[in-house]
Amino acid sequence: MIRSLPSSPLYRAGYRIYVFLFFMFLLMPLIAISILAFNDSNFISLPWNGFTLDWFFSATDERQGIFADEELIASIVTSLSTGFFVAVISTLVGTLAALLFEEETFRLKGLLYFLALAPLVIPGVILGISILLTATSAGNHIEESFALDVELFRPSYWLVVLGQFSFAATYVMLLVSARLKKFDRTLEEAALSLKATRLEAIWYVTIPFLRPAIIGAFVVAFILSFSNINTTIFLIGSDPTLPIDLYSRIRFSSTPVLNAVSFLIVLTISGLAMINVFANRSNK
Amino acid sequence: MMQNNKNNFNITFYLLIVPVLIWLIFMIVIPHVEMFISSFQVENDEGDMVFSFGNYIEFFSQKIYWLTFVKTAAYSIGVTLLAFIIAFPIAFYLTKVTSKKNAGFLMLLLLIPLWVGELVTVYGWIVLLGDHGVINHFLITIGIINEPLNMLYTNFSMVVGLLYMSMLFMVIPVMSTLQSLDDSLIEAACDLGASKWDIFIKIIIPYSMPGITSGAIIVFMLVIGDYLAPNLLGGKNSLWFTEQIYNNFLQTFNWNEGAAFGFLLLMLSSGIIWVALKLSGQKLEKVGA
Repeated sequence: MIRSLPSSPLYRAGYRIYVFLFFMFLLMPLIAISILAFNDSNFISLPWNGFTLDWFFSATDERQGIFADEELIASIVTSLSTGFFVAVISTLVGTLAALLFEEETFRLKGLLYFLALAPLVIPGVILGISILLTATSAGNHIEESFALDVELFRPSYWLVVLGQFSFAATYVMLLVSARLKKFDRTLEEAALSLKATRLEAIWYVTIPFLRPAIIGAFVVAFILSFSNINTTIFLIGSDPTLPIDLYSRIRFSSTPVLNAVSFLIVLTISGLAMINVFANRSNK
Repeated sequence: MMQNNKNNFNITFYLLIVPVLIWLIFMIVIPHVEMFISSFQVENDEGDMVFSFGNYIEFFSQKIYWLTFVKTAAYSIGVTLLAFIIAFPIAFYLTKVTSKKNAGFLMLLLLIPLWVGELVTVYGWIVLLGDHGVINHFLITIGIINEPLNMLYTNFSMVVGLLYMSMLFMVIPVMSTLQSLDDSLIEAACDLGASKWDIFIKIIIPYSMPGITSGAIIVFMLVIGDYLAPNLLGGKNSLWFTEQIYNNFLQTFNWNEGAAFGFLLLMLSSGIIWVALKLSGQKLEKVGA
């Protein structure tokens, strides 16, 4: 049953087969699209017609590879820059929130902490529509009173950034809090008794201790932004992010270029995961 | 000196709390209040917004709306249960059965689909399950079937997609509670002659209940609020409540009715989560951890 207890060979074999099937279920879609990205065919699935790199580099009318598809490249750039800004803002505010809830005591702390956790249990759709409704009515109000058209209050690039920040900050807060719980508070007290101000103590003692968690949280916020669709779809302006672009292609015009894009995403993510593992190993 | 120190503390406190308040008030509280208010507004004949229960009356009087609502809730509970049944043995295997080194590698495999994002994995299932997809092609080639099985655009493919994107969130919290379960408890029960089933029901499940609750809440929330799997993998009969909200906002542009539906969805998901927390005696703070 567990490592230290004997169990029948049948039980062990059955368990192993179950685990194997589970991981096959898990990896099958990713492996299938990765292989089919190199299929010399105009359809997204089998049969296998031989190896080609057309879906990456070709620039003919019939086959437009990723690197020849300007719309696709533009949406990738939009996603990368959105992800960067979301990660910066969420890391900043999420880290401040972690410090606030772990180190300070104040009135209504419980209520504020509850609100900060709320995005975990609010469906992304609802965050999207509620932010859209608020931004639109604020925008209308400003237009009526001051005759100003503020882009931020219409579906636009920056509204997407704000919308994704609203939930990404929660994840940053949780990741940074987890590390802050292991922080030896006496270090900060030592700095204070050596006449550091509170701000200096946080900046020179606490933040360096938190650095690995902050970097990790930045990456998580970036990935949350990069793959989000539920919230983004309501807030998007004229320039779509990559998931929105892919979504409309899947619905209306699937070509194997989707396989190629998916393959590149899988490759990047697996690469990042490997780097993460080796970085952790060398730390130990 | 004392006074100076106190001021100093206050400045830090405000530096911390002001950005957090801006985040919570402007991005969480006001939008939800706004959604609540808009859900009670309809446009009258003169084109002005007036207070009305019309959007909610519409919901209860149109069968398709409340039926989709009930169906979405029932399916979400079902998928959460399935996710638990499928994921629990995996969490147990990774923490208690296999070696630490294997577990680390398998954990990595487990996380990749999550980071790759739901859209890519849903697309992967379209490629696998389609009438001319990989699975049908394979089955026909080896001669098990002659006609392609109709798997894509059914409730089956939708449930596969929902399970695929959510079950990981059951594995991780259960693993973190199982990690603290002392192996000697299981050994003792085994020495005293308990069967595997008894150990499972009387020791392992009760011990991992906090992890199961956290996992179930996250899975349920992700499934009920999901759009991609029902929309891209589901068929004509697998309408999901989120799709009604999308239709209101992006197709018929009836935002006020959409706000009412959004509010109903929020009530449904937080209601069920609240019941789950009460039944298991947990707090929301624990779910986050």
